[in-house]
Amino acid sequence: MVRPLGFLVGLGFITALVLAIFTTPLSNEANVAHEFHKHPRHLKLASDGVVLPHWDKAQLQRGMQVYKEVCSACHSLHLVAFRDIADLGYSEGQIKTFAKGFQVPSINPDTGEPATRDGLPSDYFPSPYANEVAARAANNNALPPDLSLITKAREGGKDYIYSLLTGFQNPPANLPAELKPGTGLHYNPYFANLNLAMAPPLAPNQVTYADGTKATVDQMAKDVTAFLVWTAEPKLIKRIQVGYAVFFFLLIFTVLTYLSYRNIWADKKH
Amino acid sequence: MSFPWAKPYEPTHPLMKWMDEKLPIPRLVYNATGPGYPVPRNLNYFWNFGVLAGAALMIQIITGIVLAMHYAANASVAFNSVEHIMRDVNAGWFIRYAHMNGASMFFIVVYLHIFRGLYYGSYKAPREMVWLLGVVIFLLMMATAFMGYVLPWGQMSFWGAQVITGFFSAIPIVGEPVREWLLGGFVPDNATLNRFFSLHYLLPFVILGVIILHIWALHIPGSSNPTGIEVKDEQDTVPFHPYYTAKDGFGVGVFLLIFVALTFFSPNTLGHADNYIPANSLSTPAHIVPEWYFLPFYAILKAFTFNFLWIDAKLWGVIAMFASIALLFFLPWLDSSPIKSSNYRPLYRIFFWILVADVLLLGWCGMQPAEQPWVILSQLGAIYYFAHFLVILPIVSRIERPLPMPNSITEAVLAKHATDVKSASATA
Repeated sequence: MVRPLGFLVGLGFITALVLAIFTTPLSNEANVAHEFHKHPRHLKLASDGVVLPHWDKAQLQRGMQVYKEVCSACHSLHLVAFRDIADLGYSEGQIKTFAKGFQVPSINPDTGEPATRDGLPSDYFPSPYANEVAARAANNNALPPDLSLITKAREGGKDYIYSLLTGFQNPPANLPAELKPGTGLHYNPYFANLNLAMAPPLAPNQVTYADGTKATVDQMAKDVTAFLVWTAEPKLIKRIQVGYAVFFFLLIFTVLTYLSYRNIWADKKH
Repeated sequence: MSFPWAKPYEPTHPLMKWMDEKLPIPRLVYNATGPGYPVPRNLNYFWNFGVLAGAALMIQIITGIVLAMHYAANASVAFNSVEHIMRDVNAGWFIRYAHMNGASMFFIVVYLHIFRGLYYGSYKAPREMVWLLGVVIFLLMMATAFMGYVLPWGQMSFWGAQVITGFFSAIPIVGEPVREWLLGGFVPDNATLNRFFSLHYLLPFVILGVIILHIWALHIPGSSNPTGIEVKDEQDTVPFHPYYTAKDGFGVGVFLLIFVALTFFSPNTLGHADNYIPANSLSTPAHIVPEWYFLPFYAILKAFTFNFLWIDAKLWGVIAMFASIALLFFLPWLDSSPIKSSNYRPLYRIFFWILVADVLLLGWCGMQPAEQPWVILSQLGAIYYFAHFLVILPIVSRIERPLPMPNSITEAVLAKHATDVKSASATA
């Protein structure tokens, strides 16, 4: 009973699929944007890979400077607290001073009115806008995303962020009219639909690095991307280091279990 | 429920004797996974995967309980509570990544376990009940994994929940009310997140219960083996302990090495970047894909693009997707061949490997956008999937001429060693 019924059910599905094959066009709708879209360029960082990765603290410090002086005008970083930047090599005193440079929302203790106060190490990077409506109003209705997780939240990760920051250019001459950037949009072949609301954020010498590194657009893009790799996963290096210890411990464990397995089975053919 | 030569449990220590009279749990363990359970001597490494699946479930339960201590199932804070675990909880990043990749490891192991069963005919009499309970476990795992993926409340969590609960709205008339009832609203929201968290915490323990039944049902006929010949006498078997506890110990070691490599060195490879964006009901991701372990079924769902008879394409897809798993319940009766192991089934063996390739192809297609050639490949893949189980298998099992088989497990083992010795001396 099962087999004839199963046969009929199978035939039903197969017929529906065969008809589906014959009624689905074999050619795709032309997607012109595809032809202009570019794959991200590779960015090599000290924190890459599994072979002894590390944080390049000087670079992360430079990256944080770029974030603070450029990106933070529009983008929040709400998952990162000032205390976290101890990872970048700052001392407790430096962190306190750094936090003090920010005004964070607060409440006036006498009147209960909204107020601001100096930042403390336990505070998080404040958002540049009071809320989403304010953010959109200031940005031609586009919402600048929070950057805390951005290198994990985009296909292509750090390569994509680096490519996007350095990828602004004039639209190619053969770009169809419907793909040309509209008012307030900027052409960038690394962005999914080629035109994004963010204006090219970096210009040469936009920041002055304390360590004397030349602030080219490429250098600033690399530095801020490295910083955003850290903000997305502050435990990345620790994770790899702990991974080594666990892996080698388990390797010894596995070799021992293999030897005891061979030993126990030594007298049994199988 | 065991072979007559099974070693009886004879406690010697007074405490163990006392325990045996009051609550004979040591006896149960001794007879289930100890020296009192005789197992075929010729099991290969594919028989490790049952124990590995059990290990994976335990890892999921332990890491999951710890995560639940720090996670907050509320739509406004769920996403940030996961990031709090990743950043501020001691070793929270490890627990979270272990749980996330543990789900993938669980599915890898269970898929290998299922394909082992398909190749060696483990679903056949007298082990049909073991197979049926296994399919129940698989369904429960899928439900649990789906709901777990919703909990971080990222973009894929939200839109995955939207798509999967949307299957129910394909059912005529009652579909939409059923969907709203399941979600507790018109779109996934706080009510959905809360009930999914509750069920995600509950179902693993239901799985644990069904696993106990699965093992119980297995212990009645005893384990199958690569020859598919049933155990005949004592020399066909070895006691589970120490022989298979040692072998499973090694298997667990290899499993943990792969698990650890994935968790520590590449924890986001099997995930999707969009799930690091907080859920947003106003912004649909460019293409919504489920976790990798659902991709073959997702490809089957999307393969149906034609309104055939009075049923529309979407409903066909949903029915076919459920049918693709439900048909496994009928497998013991679809395959009428008395030969279990594909080692002796030359024709079925070919179709088995085509099925393996087909499921991998469907998985690949499931990941792709709805464009050619992926659409036609998933349609062809889905045709083979249904044809394999519902048309080819019943016919093959009727017309196939099996290869000559050894008389017993021991004979097969000794024959294998004789050829090993011969080939060794030939090369020497």
